[in-house]
Amino acid sequence: MLIQSRPYGTIEVEERQQITFPEGLFGFEYLTKFVLLDASQKPFYWLQSLEEPEIAFILIDPRTFMPFYTPDVFDADLEAVGINPGDEDALIIFSIVTVPEQQDRMSANLLGPIIINRKNHLGRQCISNNPRWKTRHYILDELKASRGTSC
Amino acid sequence: MLILTRKVNETIIIGDNIRVSLIEIRGDQVRIGVEAPKNIKVYREEVFSAIQEENRAAAQSDVKLPPLEL
Repeated sequence: MLIQSRPYGTIEVEERQQITFPEGLFGFEYLTKFVLLDASQKPFYWLQSLEEPEIAFILIDPRTFMPFYTPDVFDADLEAVGINPGDEDALIIFSIVTVPEQQDRMSANLLGPIIINRKNHLGRQCISNNPRWKTRHYILDELKASRGTSC
Repeated sequence: MLILTRKVNETIIIGDNIRVSLIEIRGDQVRIGVEAPKNIKVYREEVFSAIQEENRAAAQSDVKLPPLEL
């Protein structure tokens, strides 16, 4: 199907790229239909709203810069997207990225992880119960820190 | 809003299975205990607001993505 997207204008997407967020995202509760797009630049993805072409979020797998990240969400959050104990293979975890004007201060929100069930394409933004995670983790700083400790 | 006065160690009950207890008062801080079923999620309000605000900031990100060397 053809859609309007913020990063690429009108593009063709596949049905299987659709993700439904029954409760929307925090602050965007009215938007429930999205598509997941590869970004022009790895390791980023776009979560593009189907209802509001101007709304799109940049996503990253937080483990690319925080290898031991666990979202620490409630079981009820996992169940809300149809993931029961034992189904963790179906779970995809993303963080929303904020890229400010000064791009090297780009940050990822580890406090409000996005979980997606790859089998039923249901998604949800959760709140982590781990006090270590904040809304802004500066990706370049975290990468530097993780390299520092691994050398 | 319903406003109730409680003393330390007193509890209010919400619905059939939520209990909110006043544990301790120290200066301007109050410790509150919440007992609720697992499917009832309890958060500090500022955490909600912080994530809402960050989502709004994230939606303003430049569409031109920065390079990231992994």
